[in-house]
Amino acid sequence: MQSGMETLSTLANGAGTYAAGALAHDGEAHAATGVSTYAWLLVALPLLGAAVLMIGGRRTEKFGPLLATALSWGAFVVGAIVYISMLGRPTGDRPVNLYLFDWVAAGSFKVSAGMLLDQLSLVFVLLITFVGSLIHVYSLGYMKHDPDKQRFFAYLNLFVASMLLLVLANSYLLLYVGWEGVGLASYLLIGFWQYNPAFATAGNKAFVMNRVGDFGLSIGIFIMFFHFGAVDFSTVFAGAQAVGGVNQGFMTAIGLMLLLAACGKSAQFPLQAWLGDAMAGPTPVSALIHAATMVTAGVYLVVRSGPIFDATPNAQLAVAIVGAFTLIFGAIVGCAKDDLKKALAASTMSQIGYMMLAAGLGPIGYAFAIFHLLTHGFFKAGMFLGAGSVMHGMNNQVDMRRFGGMWAVMKITWVTFGLGFLAIIGLPIFSGFWSKDKIIEAAFVGEGWRPWVFGLVAMIGAGITAFYMSRLFFMTFHGKRRWTDDVHPHESPLTMTIPMMVLAVGSAFLGIILGPTGIITGWLDPVFGVDEAVEEHPVMPATVIMVVTLVLVLAGAALAWLRYLRDEVPVVAPTGSLVTQAARQDLYQDQINEGAFMRPGLHLTRSLVFLDSKGIDGAAGGLAAMVGGSSSRLRKLQNGFARSYALTMLAGVVAILGAVWVIS
Amino acid sequence: MTSVAVPGLQTAFQQSTIDYLAILPLLIVFGAAIVGVLVEAFVPRDRRQIVQVSLAVVGLVAAFVAVIVATGHQGLTMGITDGSTDRRLFALAVDGPALFMQGTILLLGVLGILTMAERLGGVGPDAFTPSGASTPGSAFETNASRAGALTSEVFPLTMFAIFGMMIFPTTNDLIGMFVALEVLSLPLYILSGLARRRRLLSQEAALKYFLLGAFSSAFFLFGTALLYGYSGSFVLGDISKAISAGPIEMNGLLVPGAFLVFVGLLFKVAAVPFHAWTPDVYQGAPTPVTGFMAACTKAAAFGAILRLAYVGLDTGRWEWTNALVVIALLTMVVGSVLSVTQTDMKRLLAYSSIAHAGFVLVGVLAFDSKGIGAVLFYVATYGFAIIAAFAIVSLVRQNGGEATHLSQWAGLGKRYPLVAGAFAFLMLAFAGIPATSGFMAKYAVFSAAVGTGGATGTVLVVVGVLCSAITVFVYARVIVLMYFGDPPADTDNPVEVVVPSVTTTFSIAIGTVITLALGVVPSALLDLADRASQFVR
Repeated sequence: MQSGMETLSTLANGAGTYAAGALAHDGEAHAATGVSTYAWLLVALPLLGAAVLMIGGRRTEKFGPLLATALSWGAFVVGAIVYISMLGRPTGDRPVNLYLFDWVAAGSFKVSAGMLLDQLSLVFVLLITFVGSLIHVYSLGYMKHDPDKQRFFAYLNLFVASMLLLVLANSYLLLYVGWEGVGLASYLLIGFWQYNPAFATAGNKAFVMNRVGDFGLSIGIFIMFFHFGAVDFSTVFAGAQAVGGVNQGFMTAIGLMLLLAACGKSAQFPLQAWLGDAMAGPTPVSALIHAATMVTAGVYLVVRSGPIFDATPNAQLAVAIVGAFTLIFGAIVGCAKDDLKKALAASTMSQIGYMMLAAGLGPIGYAFAIFHLLTHGFFKAGMFLGAGSVMHGMNNQVDMRRFGGMWAVMKITWVTFGLGFLAIIGLPIFSGFWSKDKIIEAAFVGEGWRPWVFGLVAMIGAGITAFYMSRLFFMTFHGKRRWTDDVHPHESPLTMTIPMMVLAVGSAFLGIILGPTGIITGWLDPVFGVDEAVEEHPVMPATVIMVVTLVLVLAGAALAWLRYLRDEVPVVAPTGSLVTQAARQDLYQDQINEGAFMRPGLHLTRSLVFLDSKGIDGAAGGLAAMVGGSSSRLRKLQNGFARSYALTMLAGVVAILGAVWVIS
Repeated sequence: MTSVAVPGLQTAFQQSTIDYLAILPLLIVFGAAIVGVLVEAFVPRDRRQIVQVSLAVVGLVAAFVAVIVATGHQGLTMGITDGSTDRRLFALAVDGPALFMQGTILLLGVLGILTMAERLGGVGPDAFTPSGASTPGSAFETNASRAGALTSEVFPLTMFAIFGMMIFPTTNDLIGMFVALEVLSLPLYILSGLARRRRLLSQEAALKYFLLGAFSSAFFLFGTALLYGYSGSFVLGDISKAISAGPIEMNGLLVPGAFLVFVGLLFKVAAVPFHAWTPDVYQGAPTPVTGFMAACTKAAAFGAILRLAYVGLDTGRWEWTNALVVIALLTMVVGSVLSVTQTDMKRLLAYSSIAHAGFVLVGVLAFDSKGIGAVLFYVATYGFAIIAAFAIVSLVRQNGGEATHLSQWAGLGKRYPLVAGAFAFLMLAFAGIPATSGFMAKYAVFSAAVGTGGATGTVLVVVGVLCSAITVFVYARVIVLMYFGDPPADTDNPVEVVVPSVTTTFSIAIGTVITLALGVVPSALLDLADRASQFVR
């Protein structure tokens, strides 16, 4: 209470005093000591790799990929050591703040670059470095024959560094740097084969749509600075908790702007359209960036900004609605896609919808959002790698209607993919079950209409997920061989299959290790300030929820079995119902974007260009001509004669002195 | 006071205790300059260049170390006191601004010397004529060049100039200031006339610089006389006291005196209307000398202006502020407007430096320690950028001579992406685009002026921002020209960027990297400048 009062009183003194408040609040995160002070290596190592490979160019072709992979593993080792040292401390002392340097000092606005090492960021660090390093290894095999592979690995390292910066930043400003960094890496990697115009366009599309979200983030940061006078986490959160209901308008604005940012990065409605096209990038990229890590940055942002969203129920509700909507949206699109990677992308969108929904439920959902993010990171990355392995064997084909019966020729891929598949549909004992079930359960908590809407959406979503994932799995690995004539599928090399096996183990067991044992909630709850003693009760008994969900899942899988395993799968897609057609077109997302934004945007820019060239350019041109004209006239004074120069000086002295004398 | 009588002086004059550590930087540079003269006389010609350059660089670096040592001896004034009346006659003030300026000038001096040392395969410094005494184009000059003559005396000359520049912001009295002004100016007059190519232009520039410099010195001396008449002292602290106690009827001496002293200093920073020499001299002087002058002279002169405005004439501020405001406005507007129609790269940079002087004056007129810090930061950052920029100009050649016409720079970005990229970056720094030191510097002076400069400060900043916008056009045009222009059609003699030796490469790299670094993490130097912003009296 006391500290709350203090913060309120500092609030009354205006924004400038917030900095002082932040110091008082630092009790939460101690200054880093011991091994934690080396945490900057986490970002520095991969960044070094990116720099060496980019500057070295072709000269690094031989050792570059190996160096990048080694540095990525190095980051993992550093992360693991920091994690272990954190384990050794009592819960209250775990979060530490690593001060790096004074970054911006402009008057009353001071930002120091620093890292916040707490339970939440460490979970991300481990996920990013571990999965990232596995995918580096995988890429050694997958990109073996690519002439530009050192560039690819440079971008991968750049991505890992930026992503780590994003999750380790202790201020929104530094987070923004990482945020833009991952956006850049994503853009570069989607368009990695930029000589294919369609791929280049996909990169541009992702970049442009992400800019919309990035704008949200920057405006959110502007509002924070305007309102709190600072952009570091501790000050902003202290302010948010102190403000409470007083300044709802500001808090809601910040929350909605952060949500917009999260939507852009995490491909949530209405900024979801880029993710499907982003599959143009090399498959390891799809696995790392567009499934396991970068697209979950939005979830991280929302969860990290928990204190802000807790202070604004409206924005929080918006998060949940966006999550629930995207969850169904992605699932429906996933049912109709014949492109293996695009179906997986739709599924990613839908799964992140689950996480967003959980994040929008408030403190009860944060830990589960992160839990699902973790398990999803493993099983989705594993399945993408599996997809890459299939494509590797099938001459880069992605049409599932030309697959089938692959299980016999690609045993390892089949098993590892299968484990991921079982995890995502949420079959008991596999990872996805533990995390997704918890989200569904949490969605049913509350009063009024919300638990019913969100809970049922999450439950139905699970059923649809089971359907489309089973469809994907059966069409690819089982049934009749519908291969084109020129393919000779074969198992991929060990560099590719070992990462898949590791991820498959995670898909199978990570959930059961972390979930029912309470490890993940026990680890994360101190960050969110959740009191475990308080039990929240869903509107239906938990067992009922679980049973109904399971029934829906089995029904979905059975339906897929009926349609895609028992019945013949046509090689050419049938016309299908109106819904199917709509879903194939991504529910007309591109058409809607085109009609609602692109065409009016084009007209707007055209008319603006017209106005600009006639009106503003006229005025600007006139001004410029005026400046130029006076410049030419003034130039005549510069005639090269020392005597005129001296006269200028004398005239200046006389004129100014005369004027000063007259005035005084 | 433990004063001791100095032998040779009248016993009435007493010398205060001298802290030699505090003035060690000055002594080192002066010593190195004198040794340089001896080197010129005794070291064989084939080794002279390397010896001179190393001597100068080592001297400057040692002096810089001494500056760091001297920071422990801050806050003292010393000099000769008239024992009978207890009046100080000559004074040095070792304080934050003085040491900051000394350090800045020394570092910039190192870069300047390294650029001048560029030989490009010849025996002597490439930018300088082999024989300064010869008539341009005469047989004498040809013979000298054929015989392998070299002008290595430019290095001791530069060292003397640096010595003067270091005293300039350090002296606490008007006579010392005048001496420093002349000590720094005379070598620069000579250096300006020593260009290897286009020597008539160079000699003309030197003569103009000398004539107008002498003219401005006369103003300075006249102002000094009037101020002495007003206050009975040359020492700045005493003048300040006299003004606060002085009768208003005496303003007839004070107002013109203060203004005329300022005129002498404003001439050195090229403020309008005392700027007319700048484009001609910048164009005519050997390019490395131009870079050195633009960076170091400006720093030294702004140090002196700060001291005069904040220590000597602070109490009489109301009498001269308006005059300086008018000059700042004129400088910004004329500098930026005239830069628009320039067609020669060196003249363009000259006008740009005039506009920059105006921006710095805005910081001076903030009348606050924040303003002092901002000015110190500005001149340091500008110095690094302009030295690198002129070093790059000296590398762009056609037919063996420098290609300074803008049309010759067209399409340079396509063939020399690295050099053009560095130059484009420096242009952005001059324009004040974020992520360059130019932005932080402008932001610092403008925010100081808005914060404590009152209504006039705000007006100055508004005009300053508008003028910055005008200059952006100029710099952007250069960038557009380099990257989107078509190279000149003359394929027999293409414009090329010669590959410099390690010394010039070093100056360009350091200048560019510092410009970038201070744009991204300016806090270290900003803090230092802020902490160095206390004058002693």
